[in-house]
Parts: sequence; structure tokens; C-alpha cells
Amino acid sequence: MSGIATNAPSPSQVAARARRLKLVKTVGIYLLIAVVLVIMLFPFYWMILTSLRSQVDNVSRVPVWVFTPTLENYQNVIARNNFLTFTWNSFVVAALSTGIGLVLGLPAAYSIARFKQDGLALAILIARLTPYITYLVPWYLAFRALGLIDTYLALTLTHLIVGMPLIVWIMISFFEGVPQDLEEAAFVDGATRIGAFMRVILPLSTPGIVAASILAFIFSWNQFLFSLVLSGPNTRPVPVAVFNFISYGQIDFGGLGAAAVLITLPVVILTLIIQRWIVTGLTMGAVKG
Amino acid sequence: MKTANSWIDRHARLLFPLPAILAIVVLIVAPVVTNFVLSLYDYFVGGRAFFVGLENYQRAATDPRVWNGIKNTFYFTFTAVPLQLLVGIGIAVLFNRDFPGKGLARTIILLPMVATPVAIALIWALMFNPSLGVLNYFLETLGLERSLWVAQSSLAIPSLVLVDTWQWSPMIALILLAAMQGVPTEHYEAARIDGASGWQSFWHITIPGIRSAIVVALILRAVDALKTFDIIYVITEGGPGTASETLNVLAFKTGFQFFHAGYAATLLIFLMFLVLGIAVLLNAVRRRTT
Repeated sequence: MSGIATNAPSPSQVAARARRLKLVKTVGIYLLIAVVLVIMLFPFYWMILTSLRSQVDNVSRVPVWVFTPTLENYQNVIARNNFLTFTWNSFVVAALSTGIGLVLGLPAAYSIARFKQDGLALAILIARLTPYITYLVPWYLAFRALGLIDTYLALTLTHLIVGMPLIVWIMISFFEGVPQDLEEAAFVDGATRIGAFMRVILPLSTPGIVAASILAFIFSWNQFLFSLVLSGPNTRPVPVAVFNFISYGQIDFGGLGAAAVLITLPVVILTLIIQRWIVTGLTMGAVKG
Repeated sequence: MKTANSWIDRHARLLFPLPAILAIVVLIVAPVVTNFVLSLYDYFVGGRAFFVGLENYQRAATDPRVWNGIKNTFYFTFTAVPLQLLVGIGIAVLFNRDFPGKGLARTIILLPMVATPVAIALIWALMFNPSLGVLNYFLETLGLERSLWVAQSSLAIPSLVLVDTWQWSPMIALILLAAMQGVPTEHYEAARIDGASGWQSFWHITIPGIRSAIVVALILRAVDALKTFDIIYVITEGGPGTASETLNVLAFKTGFQFFHAGYAATLLIFLMFLVLGIAVLLNAVRRRTT
């Protein structure tokens, strides 16, 4: 293309066409982005609509899009279905398993980072890859024999299987980023290994610890399989309680929607706080946020 | 005190990870070993255990329900993962530019993967409902035929694949987006100067540049898809009949509905080797590509 042809469009025409083409392309891309976002959000939107509609509107053959919102479903779920008790159960187990996960996981992650213990890191990764249900049959039998089904202990221990590997893997990459000089300076000042870890390393790693804790908390909060088998009337966490909703005869759509909103809301709030870390956590550190 | 501390300091590389190692042995290694032992017994929960050697394994090898479970597991995994890889690449390409509200958009696509799976599964179950569900309303509005979705055997797994793709394509997108930011912009400029089209620079610069991230995303997703439990159990419980019963769901039912602990352990050992085997295989592929 040498551009010598006599009837070639003038440079300004070329530029105008290029601009128009670019505009069309940009609009198309924005439109596609909008479509992606609408699809990603729609189930959540539908969840909220369902929770705010009366039962009559919810079982209408043609979806009711415009209606007077009612909080009746929320009142029902909270008052009639002990929702607050289930929430408390979820909270206790998530907090306990995250706390214990930190106590066990932080020193291990530090050791793996500092002493290059790749074998141990791999072992923890394998624990994450193995299907959780593999651990469940033996644990069920053990807890049954010990009379520990439907206790916080059984739930906390099994949720630890989910949370601890997560904490270790996030913290390895965090501890690797803490300069070794700082630690050595502490040793020169007479600090012990534990002292340096507690007073130098951990304070410098606070953002990582917060992110790891929140992720471990979310994973425990979301955990379904272990809780389904090992919980009972005294310890039932929200996901199992919500699941039981559909097993009891007639389906209360609005109640289901309200319960789904209530269970998801804390997770969404926590996600907003640590969104930079979500992918790192979900990929066990394979991808840095 | 001082001697105690120096003893700790000398053995720090063992003492620091020790509590976690003990926890792993008790919580994770012990149950796996127990499964091997259990798999040699005919044992129902609460009953007596009879040593049967490898009989459970022989039985599993000829059990049509096990083969159905394997088939469904593969069907689900090897439809869902390639599909979400394609969608994920698409989203990553779309998002790999500056646009107003980019931060908000990235937050929005995080939601499907962090929201409580049981809640998500319940909402999708409502949307799938053949008579009242909103998905059929959309189909009708578009002039298409209503579908039975998960209520029809042949559509149960494809419907679950849809949910899984909605849930996990964003993760692949975000992994690839991070990798795309690592591709040097000079390469794109050089390609543009050489007159390459957008499509050509995508194929010859972007894809090779993010190849290892693609494989990492594939490994992570394949491993998790093979053991998907929550959405399948909540939406279909493996049904209709056994149409969407994966190995994972079958093992769960065997253990906790039929209480056949010995046989469940046998299935779980198989599932464990399947998942870890595929992880090792894909990891070998990853090493060859990098």
C-alpha cells in the first residue's frame, strides 16, 4: 500500500473513518463488559428480589418484577427459624478454626519461608488438593465413637483442614517478602528466634495476617460438607440450616431468598475488605493479587 | 531460661512447623490411612466389621453405579473446565484495558466465587424451576422453548456445568488478567508497527505470554471440578435418578445415607488417586510448557 492511487480518500476522511470504527469498537466492548457484569450479578439480584417478594408474587407463573417490597420473609426466617442461633454457630466455628489455624499456621509458614522447607509446603498443598470428603468418613466414625458429633469441637477441627493450609500458603509468600536483615538486626540485639518472630516478623506482616484470617473465616463460613455430616441441633451452622429449608415439604421461596441473602451478606462485606487477596487465596498463592 | 531459648533457636526449623505438622498428621494423614484399612472391611456404621480383603475393590470395579459416577465426574469436569477457560479468556481480554468503573467490575466478578455455595445453589435451583423459574421465562421471552433444566436426566449435568461456569470463569479471568499485565507492552507496540491485527497480536503475543498461567488455572479448576460437591448435592442430589451422580456424591451417599463405611472408603481412595493423579499429570504438562 503506497497510497499513490488517485481516487484514494483524503487523509482527513481516513482519519474520520478510523475514529468512527474505533468508536464502534469501544461501544461494543463496553456493551460486552456490561453483559458480563449483568450475568454475574443476576443471581444475586434475583436472590434479593425473591427475599423481598410475598409468597404469592414468588409463585406467580410470570415473574413479578415490580412489587411492594416486604420484610416479612426476613422476619419469618429470623423469628421462626432460629436464624440467629445458626449464625452464632457459624460464627463460633469460623472464629475458632481461624484462630487455631493462625496459631498453628503462622510459625509453620515462617519456617517454610525462612528455611526453604518446600517438602512441607508441598504436603500442605496436597492436603488442599485431596477431596475433603476423603477425610470425612474416618472423622465421622471417630467423632461418633467419642460421642462428639454435634459439638463445636468436631466442626472446628474439620474446618481447620480447610483453613490452615490456606493460612500457611498465603503467609509463606508474605513472610518471604519480609527482609531478613530486620530479623538479623533483632538477633544482634539479643532477641531469640521466638522473640524476633513475635516482635519483628508478625507486626510487619499484619496486612497478610488480616487477609489470611478473613479468607479462612470465609471458607469456614461457606463450608457445607463437614457441617452437613458432623453438626446437629446444637451446632447447626447457617449453610446446613438453609439447606434443610428445602427438605421440609413445601418450599418457602421468600424465606429461602432471605436466608440466602443473610448468609451471603457477611461474605460480601469481608470480600470488599480483602478483595486484592481473594484470588491469591483461592489459587493457594499460585497467583499474586 | 537462656539455655532453653538457645535450644529452641537451634531447633527452630523443626519446632516452628511442629504444631502444624502434628495437626496435619492427625487431621489429614490419619484419616487417609484409616480409609485404606476400612476399605478392606465389610463394615456398616454401628455394625460389626468383617475383614474381606480386596472384595470391596472387586465389587467397585464391576459396580455399574460406580462406573456411572466416574462417567458423570468426567463429563462434568471436562465440559465445565474447557468452557470456563474460554469464557475466562474472553472476560480477561475484555477487562484488560482501562475503562471507567474497572475496579468495581473486578469486585463484581469476585462475588460468584466467594458467595456461600449453598446459597448460590439454592438460587440457581429456584431459577431452574421448570414451571416458576426465571430462566424459562427468559427462554420464552426470547421465543425459545421452555426447558426442564435439572429435572431432565440429559440436561442435569449441562445445567450444573452452567452454574459452575458462572461461578468459576471469573477466577480464571482474574488469574489470566494478572498474567496479561506481565506481558511487556513493547511487544504489542512492535507488533502494531509491523502491521499486526488485534487478533494476530492476541494469538502470537498474549496467548504465548500467558500460557503458563492458563495451565495453572486449568490445574486448579480441574482438581476442584473433579470434587465438586456443594452445588451438585444441593441442586440435584445426584438426580434425576443417578443422572448427575458424580463419584464424590456417590461416595457421600454410600457413607452417610447407606452407612456402608467400608465401601465408601474404597470409593474415596479411588477418588483421591484420581484427583491427585490428574493434578500430577497436569503439573507435568505445566513443567513442559515453562
